[in-house]
Amino acid sequence: MGKWTRRGFISAGFIAGGGLIVGVAIRPGNRAGDFASYAKGDDETLLHTWVKLDSNNVVTAIVPHSEMGQGVGTALAQMLADELDADWNLVKFEEAPAISAFANYPLGKGLLMGGVDMPDFVVPTVDGVLIRTAQALDLQITGGSLSVRTTGAYGMRVAGAAVKQMLRVAAAQTWQVPVDQVVAKDSQMIHEATGRSEPYSAFAAAAAEMTPPASPTLKTPDQFKIMGRHVQRHDLPSKVDGTATFALDVRLPDMLYATVKRAPTFGGGVDNIDDTQTRTIKGVIDVVRLPAAEVSALIGGFSTEESVAVVAEGYWQAKRGLDALNIEWAATDNDSVSSDAIFAQFDRDISAGIDRQADVSQGDLTTSMANASQIIEAEYQVPFLAHTCMEPLNATAVVKDGFCEIWIGCQSPLSFRQAVADSLGFDVENVTLNNCFMGGGFGRKSRPDYAIQAAQLAAKVGRPVQLIWSREEDVQQDFYRPAVQSRFRGALDDNGNLTAWENTYAGKMEPVEAPLIPYTVAVKDIGHVASPTHVPLGAWRSVDHSQHGFFTESFIDEVAVAAGQDSYEYRVARLQHLPRQLAVLRKAATEAQWDVPLAPGRGRGIALQESFGSIVAEVVEVTVSDGNLSVDRVVAVIDAGYAISPDGMKAQIESGIIYGLSAALYGEITIKDGAVAQSNFHDYSSLRMSKAPTIETHIINSGEVMGGAGEPGTPPIAPALANAIFNATGERIRQLPIKNAMFSV
Amino acid sequence: MTVITVNGTEQKLQVDPSTPLLWVLREQLQLTGTKFGCGIAQCGACTVHINGVSMRSCITPVSAVAGQNISTIEGLAPSADELHPLQQAWIDEQVPQCGYCQSGQLMSAAALLATNPSPSDADIDEAMSGNICRCGMYSRIRKAIKTAAGVQQFDPALVDFVQGVNNG
Repeated sequence: MGKWTRRGFISAGFIAGGGLIVGVAIRPGNRAGDFASYAKGDDETLLHTWVKLDSNNVVTAIVPHSEMGQGVGTALAQMLADELDADWNLVKFEEAPAISAFANYPLGKGLLMGGVDMPDFVVPTVDGVLIRTAQALDLQITGGSLSVRTTGAYGMRVAGAAVKQMLRVAAAQTWQVPVDQVVAKDSQMIHEATGRSEPYSAFAAAAAEMTPPASPTLKTPDQFKIMGRHVQRHDLPSKVDGTATFALDVRLPDMLYATVKRAPTFGGGVDNIDDTQTRTIKGVIDVVRLPAAEVSALIGGFSTEESVAVVAEGYWQAKRGLDALNIEWAATDNDSVSSDAIFAQFDRDISAGIDRQADVSQGDLTTSMANASQIIEAEYQVPFLAHTCMEPLNATAVVKDGFCEIWIGCQSPLSFRQAVADSLGFDVENVTLNNCFMGGGFGRKSRPDYAIQAAQLAAKVGRPVQLIWSREEDVQQDFYRPAVQSRFRGALDDNGNLTAWENTYAGKMEPVEAPLIPYTVAVKDIGHVASPTHVPLGAWRSVDHSQHGFFTESFIDEVAVAAGQDSYEYRVARLQHLPRQLAVLRKAATEAQWDVPLAPGRGRGIALQESFGSIVAEVVEVTVSDGNLSVDRVVAVIDAGYAISPDGMKAQIESGIIYGLSAALYGEITIKDGAVAQSNFHDYSSLRMSKAPTIETHIINSGEVMGGAGEPGTPPIAPALANAIFNATGERIRQLPIKNAMFSV
Repeated sequence: MTVITVNGTEQKLQVDPSTPLLWVLREQLQLTGTKFGCGIAQCGACTVHINGVSMRSCITPVSAVAGQNISTIEGLAPSADELHPLQQAWIDEQVPQCGYCQSGQLMSAAALLATNPSPSDADIDEAMSGNICRCGMYSRIRKAIKTAAGVQQFDPALVDFVQGVNNG
């Protein structure tokens, strides 16, 4: 029932309880290069979403994305409900279960939850080939600021419009009237001529017999009723009364608690454990060595060394037990590595330029540099960063009779499920993963190392185990935002025009375009050298954009200053070919009153960065007084094409700014003796209320292809801040964090 | 045995007296609204009220609060069908994102308003800077506290001026 099309695959089925369920599979552009070979020569990815209509006329959007704070469920439900012409008060959402074929809840349902009912919407009705492909790809990923612009734009809207069309046809058949006379409004089907009006649910059974239209007509923005409007997030009531269930809040009968430690030096193993003292602590159950883990390239491609866990009646006993262990860690080749050595290595490798890979090479650099009247040179550095999600990593698992069930908060439920299955040697069908609200994700919760540990512990102990990482372990065993060094030369002619831009940096992740600049310059040579270290790396909110936004938007500022021109006007003059960028930058300058002079000791800086399809400019105002830096105000402008949930988008920009500001001011993971020197919020600080600026966010609905919102607020904040400090003091910040400069922050 | 009163209910506990209150709440009493964030009183996610004063439960041994009145996020609302004004303001201003820190934020804010019904920005900074929000919702938290307090968001200088006039 259903068929493949370029636009999407839709199928329908009638579910027990009297509801309609519609599945949509969608194929948006794929940025996950690792998966390309599985896409049958087609560089597209697969996701699927579900729509449910129950007998009480309540529409449920079943969202295949994880809620880590970004409000994804609400925004996607808005898209579905608007196309469906549903009454917003009759709309809710649920996160999709982490299944790719058949749900498998035997443990949770029968053994552990005492018969507590599980959601029953998991019976898939979509085509088996599609399911097998999606299963192979393990795509149920939340990241890349993708959810609204892919699942929402191509999935939820299509599903809503298709369901509406089916219901209209069903109503027309029931009433024996022409379908074009049936109007859908506020979850009611209406036939005005005969005065008939019935809820959508009255036609669910009939609609379920139909083949959904694969390419239903979508609304134009002038027809939107729910999209583009401020609506309240559905998940917030449970987040103000303590009832929201994070993975850490899962409670199972007979459950034990555990905490864990890996070798401080990455790559280190265990030589010997003396657990004599630990085993004298009341409540300690066991000390368990967990093996090294290898995760296949398809679902992340990384490995972790073995770890040591203490299992106890409670977390406190487990933590005390872990602290009481006397562990001899194995020596490694990296035991003397320091941050200074790593940056010296970057410096050496950039200078050597061995195997330099060009991101962009355009024009004759040598001639441009030779003919320049002025050459500007600068070098920037940013450190490794941890994610420090508010909720420390944790997972609760039970392994029994060849089945595993796990409760966790993660950004990629299907690949986590696969990783757990692989680590236990189980078929994936025998693993059930329940994804909970995440207390932050920021990229960290896309790596399943903590899921594997929990599953292996549960297998060894034979009882349900909740594994909780200490904050210290969270800071010291992260997959870090890469430290990067970036070297620039800029050539100016007699009139201060930028004639060449040369940039070489050490260390590249993704996306490939992060170091590119929007400004008109005839000669560009941007490239990178590999300079690997032993520090494990991972995606950190906005990935490479957070580093390169700082580098390129600081250097263009330096170039403008060297040219003796206003740094905003200098950018404007070089953006005439990019009207969206120009409009965003201009609005930021206007809203921030760029032309109004500031008092002495105050400064203003601007930066612009496109990332994840959205263009963001930010203007920062600072005060520097007696060496004390105060970040007073941030004005942000975003053009993400169209804001489905304007307040949600503003919240995301505010969040991205504060996250980036924490990093710019304080964030620094340093390596000492091969290990991370920091351990908790006292030495890996986060911005607090008293230091938080006011933030004004403005949205431009350009109507262009939609971009993301979760990450694009982060990249411009560090350069805008550094540029503002220069404007206030004449001091150029080329290394982050700013706390290491002469300012008190 | 340690006896404590949590949200008005007396609890008799068989527990190692050195166990931090946080873990007693979460594990023994299954009150999971109070969160673990750092374990060293740096982030505020574990904030509860002890006799009305905000405290970090992650470093407070349960023995230190024997016989005391403890309130948690589960006890903040005045009744089952009524929210605390701060909880309502949190929804009105759409404060939470991930929501993990918000129990602690709300308990810190509630302790502030209980003793200072019209806090200034400086008062809010002082009361709230022990609570980290990694989603960065500080401006919304500030606004929601003022909404709940019924404080008009005037320029502080103007407020001082008006107070000066009122005081003659």
